[in-house]
Amino acid sequence: MSEQNGLPGDWELVVGLEVHVELATATKMFSASPNRFGDEPNTNIDPVTLGLPGALPVLNGKAVELAMRIGLALNCTVQPCTFHRKNYFYPDMPKAYQISQYDQPLNVDGWLDLPNGTRVGIERAHMEEDAGKSTHMGATGRVHGADYSLIDLNRAGVPLVEIVSRPDIRSADDARAYVNELRAILVAIGASDAKMEEGSMRVDANVSVRKPGQPLGTRCEIKNVNSVRSLGRAIEYEARRQIDMLESGEAIRQQTRHWDEADGRTHTLRTKEDADDYRYFLEPDLVPIAPSAQWIEEVRASLPMLPAARRARLADATGAAADSEAVGVVVERGHDDYVLAAAAAGAEAARTLTHVQQNLSDDGVAAVPAAALAALVQLETGGKVTATQAKTILGEMAGGAADAADPAAIAARLGFEAMDTGDLESLVDQAIATDPDAWAKFCGGDGRAMGALVGLVMKASKGKADGKAVTALLNQKKA
Amino acid sequence: MAAPTTARGIAAAVKAGTTTAADFAEQHLLRIAERDGEIHAFNHVMADQARAAAAAVDAAVAAGNDPGPLAGVTVALKDNMCTRGIPTTCSSKILEGWRPPYDATIVEKLHAAGAVVIGKTNLDEFAMGSSTENSAFGPTKNPHDTSRVPGGSSGGSAASVAAGFSQMALGSDTGGSIRQPAALCGVVGVKPTYGYVSRFGLVAFASSLDQIGPFTTSVEDAALMLDVIGGHDPLDSTSIPKEHPSLVGCLDQGVEGLRVGRITDLPEGADPDVLERLEVAFEALVAAGATVVDVQVPAFTFGLTAYYLIAPAEASSNLARYDGVRYGLRVDAPDTNGMYAATREAGFGDEVKRRIMLGTYALSAGYYDAYYGKALKVRRLIHDDFERAYQQADVLLTPASPSVAFPFGAKGDNPLAMYLCDTYTIPTNLAGHPGMSVPFGTGAHGLPVGVQVLAGTLQEPTMFRVAAELERAMA
Repeated sequence: MSEQNGLPGDWELVVGLEVHVELATATKMFSASPNRFGDEPNTNIDPVTLGLPGALPVLNGKAVELAMRIGLALNCTVQPCTFHRKNYFYPDMPKAYQISQYDQPLNVDGWLDLPNGTRVGIERAHMEEDAGKSTHMGATGRVHGADYSLIDLNRAGVPLVEIVSRPDIRSADDARAYVNELRAILVAIGASDAKMEEGSMRVDANVSVRKPGQPLGTRCEIKNVNSVRSLGRAIEYEARRQIDMLESGEAIRQQTRHWDEADGRTHTLRTKEDADDYRYFLEPDLVPIAPSAQWIEEVRASLPMLPAARRARLADATGAAADSEAVGVVVERGHDDYVLAAAAAGAEAARTLTHVQQNLSDDGVAAVPAAALAALVQLETGGKVTATQAKTILGEMAGGAADAADPAAIAARLGFEAMDTGDLESLVDQAIATDPDAWAKFCGGDGRAMGALVGLVMKASKGKADGKAVTALLNQKKA
Repeated sequence: MAAPTTARGIAAAVKAGTTTAADFAEQHLLRIAERDGEIHAFNHVMADQARAAAAAVDAAVAAGNDPGPLAGVTVALKDNMCTRGIPTTCSSKILEGWRPPYDATIVEKLHAAGAVVIGKTNLDEFAMGSSTENSAFGPTKNPHDTSRVPGGSSGGSAASVAAGFSQMALGSDTGGSIRQPAALCGVVGVKPTYGYVSRFGLVAFASSLDQIGPFTTSVEDAALMLDVIGGHDPLDSTSIPKEHPSLVGCLDQGVEGLRVGRITDLPEGADPDVLERLEVAFEALVAAGATVVDVQVPAFTFGLTAYYLIAPAEASSNLARYDGVRYGLRVDAPDTNGMYAATREAGFGDEVKRRIMLGTYALSAGYYDAYYGKALKVRRLIHDDFERAYQQADVLLTPASPSVAFPFGAKGDNPLAMYLCDTYTIPTNLAGHPGMSVPFGTGAHGLPVGVQVLAGTLQEPTMFRVAAELERAMA
């Protein structure tokens, strides 16, 4: 097994991802029907959505703006663009063509940096409309063998952006990281809620394998990947399948394959030979769009700080690594500004980060003003309360206690009086006397022995002693 | 006082209270009842709606309100324009039973102008044809000679105006479908600049070419109608986003100093009687102060070929939605795919099927570059050649149709012969330019001949000045 990508031998994995995201517009891409998930089927419809004779599409300007936000956040060039018709016949596509961008997409040539520093190229991020949703009843839930199918056209005409990466991804982990990072960006810029479980973000993976230095292998496209976890599993399965075939002398055929979550395998959906001929041609019902330099710059200027920059900022302020879990989690939850505000109010940033990551939910952050959190962290770092006590106090603050804004008052109410340094030292001396064996080991360099001594102090203090202070005293005495 | 004979005169009389919209509507309904059994201009006569609309106009007048510039004027609509709650068939079985839930933008504009919509007229199925023989509901007859075709595809609308069933009518012109039947029926027919009139609610044939325009008995009425239905529509992204000058206002300006172009490399094939009338038209304009200049439009001759790739390609896409599921005809079969096939087999006529296949083929992988792609290049050449010609000439004059109205069945078995009917009209659609047919006397068998006036993008005012002069020359 190579350590890099979990594949046998020296096989190299090559992955490119195609991510469809539904844009967070109020209305559909080409009509005034609401763009809303979860409504009663076939209620968000109109002549354009239904493809009724004589109806014409009118482009939603907000959709273009959100698509531009995506392009600019992914370092793309925004360019004049056109729409094409992608002709195919399917019951959930009432016009029998999808309006999509073809050879002149809105956004081209960008990149996305993963938290671990890997740069993944973005080939294009183009606009298109979503199809309706087919639900196949009976049998397996897939169209083959179904008794009948239900069509919901609420989703038909919802604006999408398809973000096509270059085949720059070399491991399942990086594929997952790409999707997570992309989702964070999309949410941060307000372009999409990017929920894979609701289908507002859908990921197809192009997977191939090769020996290092060889040209790209024949790829297979994996569809029906419904979570980030499944994406990793599907890529790993597919890579092994291809390697097994190649190693037994078989050739890979270009295919579209369906990921089956239940059996953990991919299955042939269609081969390249039976791929549809989409007969693309310029959509004559729409006119080209050429966003002005001024519009592009306005959109660029309105972009918020992106997750990577926010992670770097938080890492810088707290001393934690930019790709640490704490920084990642806090930025993902959008609590980084809160940490920075508490730090600005005088709290130690690193300690604040830990509390916000581990001890506060979204509701907790909303309930506890940054200044109050700062006061608590100051009590803790000043040795007035222990880490354990601080956590308890924070729980009271987040729970909306009457004295929630005053951590010192809560500490007093709970009897968390700070231990006098002299009292603590006498407890430490007692502990050494009680277990001289441990003390000897500790002095001899056995770090594990320290735990026993700290435990004795904590027990004697009934939990009021600050573990860090005890450790410091023990080290002081040893020296 | 003589009864008014123009739309403008009728609207004035209705507004003045010297007559009523109801009277005019009844006169036209009576004429339809008397003679449309023979002509078959209409797929659907909207008698109740017409009476209600006329009554509303009269009520508005009685209340001292202005019902609009088309007050009480009857208008027939080609049956590919959506009318809320009224069957809209495109003369195809495939749309059997469908009633649109909305009005086309032009229908709303007509209502707002006080017009009385009187019915839906026959056409070649989905506007594919030049004789109205391709209608699923039987052909329309030419009111001048019922053994002959009215032209097409807007044959019903042309015949309605020629027979006096409606004061005006609207048609759609994708490759000549207004101008050619106008010529054959001896009425005025205008295809405006692409984007002059909203296509919202026009059932698409070839979206990049389709354009709605009027049939009238006078050039002034055509100008009046375009003033009403023209203009930007937020529901049609391809409608031109600017105000158009009133065309009625430029009819009296004459042609003094205008340069009228004669296309020296015009494709051959027009009958001598038609060419003779064209010469008379040039002479009439010269007599009125215009000069004639020779111009060349080399790509004109490739128009027909390019058109029969581009229009079917778009049609193959536009007509793929008719599957029997959501509206229109459904022919049952044991499974869903069988139902689609049976529905389309029964629902579409031969010409529509021919064009769907032609267009699908032209767009297919491996053939796209050789056919559709090349046709787009020719389209660009045609546009550019015309633009060059319009630097030398303000308008161009050509025949509208190579011949006068031909007998039923004359070209029915030969699609290519039928396609040649549109030789002189098609290039204009490919260029997106305006063109109109003006009745200019008669040719063989005493049948009407139309002269076509062509102009550059949004040069309708100049085109109408020339048309008005030709009309004066015939008066």
